[in-house]
Formats: sequence, C-alpha cells, structure tokens
Amino acid sequence: MYQYDSYDQAMVDARVEEFRDAAKRRLEGKLTEDQFKPLRLMNGLYLQLHAYMLRVAVPYGTLNSGQMHVLADIADKYDRGYGHFTTRQNIQYNWIKLEEAGDLLADLAKVEMHAIQTSGNCIRNISSDHFAGAAHDELVDPRPYAEILRQWSSFHPEFSYLPRKFKIAVIASDTDRAAMRLHDIGIQIVKKDGELGAAFYVGGGMGRTPMIAPCIRDFVPLDQLVTYSEACLRVYNRYGRRDNKYKARIKILVHELGKEEYTRQVEEEFAHMLDSGVEPPLAELERIKTFFADPAFADSAKTLDRTDPDFALWVDRNTHRHKHDSYVSAVISLKPVGGIPGDATAEQMHLMADLAKKYSFDEMRVMHTQNIVLPHVAIADLHALWTALDAAGLGTPNLDQVGDIIACPGLDYCSLANARSIPLAQKISERFAENGKQDTLGDLKLKISGCINACGHHHAGHIGILGVDKKGVENYQLSLGGSEAEDTALAKITGRGFDEAGVIDAVDTVTDLYLAEREEGERFLDTYRRIGMTPFKEALYD
Amino acid sequence: MTKPSSNLLRFREDTQADHTAVSFGDFSEQSNASAVRIEPGDDVRELLPQLEQLALVEVSFPVFGDGRGYSSARILREAGYTGELRAVGDVLVDQIAYLKRCGFDAFDPDQPLDSGDVEAALSRFPEVYQAAADGARFIGKLRHG
Repeated sequence: MYQYDSYDQAMVDARVEEFRDAAKRRLEGKLTEDQFKPLRLMNGLYLQLHAYMLRVAVPYGTLNSGQMHVLADIADKYDRGYGHFTTRQNIQYNWIKLEEAGDLLADLAKVEMHAIQTSGNCIRNISSDHFAGAAHDELVDPRPYAEILRQWSSFHPEFSYLPRKFKIAVIASDTDRAAMRLHDIGIQIVKKDGELGAAFYVGGGMGRTPMIAPCIRDFVPLDQLVTYSEACLRVYNRYGRRDNKYKARIKILVHELGKEEYTRQVEEEFAHMLDSGVEPPLAELERIKTFFADPAFADSAKTLDRTDPDFALWVDRNTHRHKHDSYVSAVISLKPVGGIPGDATAEQMHLMADLAKKYSFDEMRVMHTQNIVLPHVAIADLHALWTALDAAGLGTPNLDQVGDIIACPGLDYCSLANARSIPLAQKISERFAENGKQDTLGDLKLKISGCINACGHHHAGHIGILGVDKKGVENYQLSLGGSEAEDTALAKITGRGFDEAGVIDAVDTVTDLYLAEREEGERFLDTYRRIGMTPFKEALYD
Repeated sequence: MTKPSSNLLRFREDTQADHTAVSFGDFSEQSNASAVRIEPGDDVRELLPQLEQLALVEVSFPVFGDGRGYSSARILREAGYTGELRAVGDVLVDQIAYLKRCGFDAFDPDQPLDSGDVEAALSRFPEVYQAAADGARFIGKLRHG
C-alpha cells in the first residue's frame, strides 16, 4: 500500500501544527465559532449533540496493522474505547475534546494518517472498491488513481470553499462495489483500444434529492485525469448553487443545466486548462503504482475442509473470490446480531490488526458497508482466521444479508437527525436472526437513515428506511427497490410511514411476500423488479 | 467608489496606483477604466478581451465561504493578467494562503489582519500538492526532478 515520503509527511505534520494554532486561537476566544467552524470542519471535527466528533480519513479504505493499532489506541486514549467505521470508508470518534484534538491528529500523523478534508465544503476522502487489488474481476487496481486524486485534492486552493461537499469514488471493475454512480464524481478505469483511461460519471448523489450520475465522458486519457477533474470542479465551483444549501450539490447543477450543457462547459474549461501544467507527470502515477504491486502470493490449498458447518457458512457468506486461486478476500462483519452497525471496540481493532498482519499481508480495507476486509487470505489459513474472529465476536456470517445493515448514527449522536437509526437496526437484526428468516432471504441490502440527508444510503437499499419527525414522534418511511451496484437504482417509497415497531413488521411483511413470490435464483430486488410495487403496497396497507 | 483602506496588504513591488474600480456592469461602457470590481457571480471571462488596459481587479468576497472568487482569480492569471489582483471583503487570515496561490497579490479585508498571523499562514506549508496560479512546482513534479 501507499507509503508517505518526506513530502507527504511534511504536509501532514504542517497541517497538525496549523490545526493546533487554530484550536488555540479558538480556545483563547480569538476566533469566533463561525470563523473556527470551516477550519475545524476541514480537519474533520464536527460539533455533535453531546461532544465533538472527529472523522479520520482512510484513503480509499486501505489500512495496515500499525495504523489500525493506532486507531484502537486513539479510541482508548481520547474516546470511550470504541470507534465507528463509516460509509465513506473512514472511522469516526464520538466523544472528542477540543483541547485534545491536536494531540490526536499528531498521533495519527505518526502512522501516515490524518483527518484532512473529512468534512467541510471541499473534496472529501476518495473512496474505492474495497476488494481493489484482490478482486478476480478488476481491470487494474483502482487505488493508484485514487491516490493521484488524493494528492491533487489535498489543500486545493481553488476548491476549498465549494458550494457544498464533494465526493469522488474510483473503481476499475464492471461490478460496482463503491456506489460509484451515487458520487459527485464517479470514475471507472476502463480500457479502450488497448489503452487505459477513465470514464467520468458526474452529478450523482443521495441526500434529499437522489440522482444517478450520467456518464459525461467515456474515456479520459490517464495523462489528463487530473486536468479533467479540475475542469469538472471549476465549472461546479463557479456555477453550483449557493443560494440554498439543499440545492448546492453538483447533482443539482448537472440536472438544472442538463448533462449536455454541463459537459460542454467542462470540455470548454478543459480545453483552456490542457496546457496549464495542472497534470502530474505519468512518472508519478508509475511511482504510486509500485506501492500497490501484488504481495508475494504463493500457491497453496485451493479447497477447504467444510466439515464444520458454522465455518462453512461463514466462508460461503463472508468471503469473496480472489484473483489468485489460493486466496480469498475475507469480510469481518461489524454487524453482530443486535449490535451497532460499524462500531468496533479498541480490543477488536487490535485483534483485526494482528490478524491482518498474520494472514493478509498486513493489509485491511474499510468497506462502505461498514465492515472490514482482509483482502488477501490464503484458503489454507481461513479456518484459523475464522476461529480467532469467532472467539472475539467478529465471525457473524451475514455479509449482504438483512442483518448487514448500513445505518447512520441517527438521533443517538447526530444533531441533524429526526429519528434514531441504531436501535431500529439492532431490533431488525435481532428479529431476523432469531426467527431464522435471515438465512432464507439471501441477498438483501437494508439501509437506514435517520433524516433526509440520507447518510445511511436508504435510497440505495433493496429495502430503505428513512426516519422522519412527524409532529414530534419518530416515524419511519419504507422504500423498496434501490441499488448501489452497477445496476444503480433509487428506491421508491411504499406509502405512509410507520412507528418503530410498525416498520419492523413492515419489513417482515414485504419479505414474506418476496418469499411467496420469488422464482428460482431471484434476490428480493429481482422479485421486486419483476412484480413491481403494487403487490407490496397491497400487502402493507390493504 | 472603493478607497484603499488602512487594512490593505500588498505583495507587489510596483506602486499602488490611484485607481477607482468600476463595477463589472459599468466596465464595458467605460472603456477607458483601468480598474474593475468583480462580484462572485460575475463571469471574468468577459473581461479577457480588455485585460491589457487593466491595472487593478478587485474581487469581492461578501462572505468568506463563497469560493467563486478563487476561480475568477485563476482564470484571470491563466489568461495572462499581470496587474494587481485584490481580494476585498470578508477575507480572513485562514484563507490568505489559498487566495495567494490562486493569484491574489493584494488583500483588503474588512477586519485588519495581524501581520504575524499572515506571515505564519503563508509559511505554514513547505510545498504544495497541485498547480495553481503561483507558479509553484507541485510535489508530484518535484519528485521527478
């Protein structure tokens, strides 16, 4: 994985000092909260319901064991012994004191980590395929391109006061595991006439007004990748709406201008910029690629002893095919039955780090679905890995099942939320595990947001739940048919909302209908697409 | 219209000319004006045919969070404008370094800036990660000679 050189380290160290200085001026009262706010936000520090929340960037979700150990130490030293992995492949801590935030950032900098641009109206942490560098179906490893863009976007002088936050995802496979088309810019590395290039999808997003990004250019040569990104951003910075923060994302600009007009403006800007020296030399991409070279994979066992049924179930559910046939990618579920989705204790983080070092070439990934991947595990080591995970409560076999819920922090932590997400996720996972239904339902992506901002990706859930405030009472709207994969789709609302108990029953009702109606090999989503919304509505409301 | 205030901070060697900036809307009609003031929504590309005659462009920041002026500045510099480019309004010390990178070489903030804070802000980062209007070679190029 990528390693800092003295340039990278000096930049991150300087940022820590800059933040310490700003925090000091704030604590001394020399900065007002209004003046401090954009500075703390660009360092990932939010003021939440009860305390400061700090979000640490995990670039494209890739971590080594030394970094994970420090994340665990931070949980112990500055927080309450746990951290929360997020849908942007980051980790956040909920109980941070402003006085200690500078020290925390300094601890991170020692292991080449930071909280730069994890919030604020700037280019955020760049996400990628969590199986990058391991998946059997990828064209190339997408992370070098994400790293090029990480560097370009860090401390970008022109794009730090954008109309709104800006999220970029990079993938290099036709299978989309990063919700690429639901990003402000989604990039797919593609091959055309034997050359690698980038397809640009611009103007997707979730939030209040979910949109699927259209492709605005199907091939940008790799030596123009940064320049084209810069052109996309400049048009947005100049013309994105600033009169209404709910209409300020680039999706609204692209939608209002129309894809053709937005594209025309980008191409015009791009033409101006082509010779302006914005693009890093290709040698830099080549340098970065060397950090992502394959580890020394070795041929070993390609089959398993499946006599232990619990182990066999976990292997079937939680491993993903690797490009080397002696390996798999193994997913550590952070969704134990009745648990808080994405939370991990310091002890669990230490254990995951140790196991990554022992079994996965010292590498981990944070998934946008709030789980952790060990990307390169030898099939021969799987049983030992599972045994260690299971003993620590990390062996839940529920990847992509109804219990593998994405949920935002909701009203338990977030100052924007209208409703609680976490208790609902806990109750759903308990209900469907205890009655055994999870096992019969198969692939079913359920996502919960505690407000219209959609941090829990409910628009992209096969089943989505949105918490709203209805005259002071928490109310939950159910939606069906969303997908964040290569068949990207936005879920549709079933009808009037439910109370907490009612929405759990409603999930039971729609999944009962699925079980009754499904044809051979159909997932919930497939059945929904085939039979449409009407039968589900009838089952829910008639 | 706009008088240079006591808060003015210049990073230029030339003497400050006694210009009065006309508004963007009036500029094209007053074809002899040598100073113009840009608001965030103005399209600076419309100035490009008359760049030669300009000695001062003021870019207004009514609120620091409105970042359109950063793009306006870069577009002017990319088009070859070498006159004074002045950021005016809600300009805080924490934005100075980025503004300077985008081509601003003068600042007229609503609130005076502490010169020590400005110096600290401008010398904070050893290098840069991307090209802008300041001509700095960025890290991705420095690594390769």
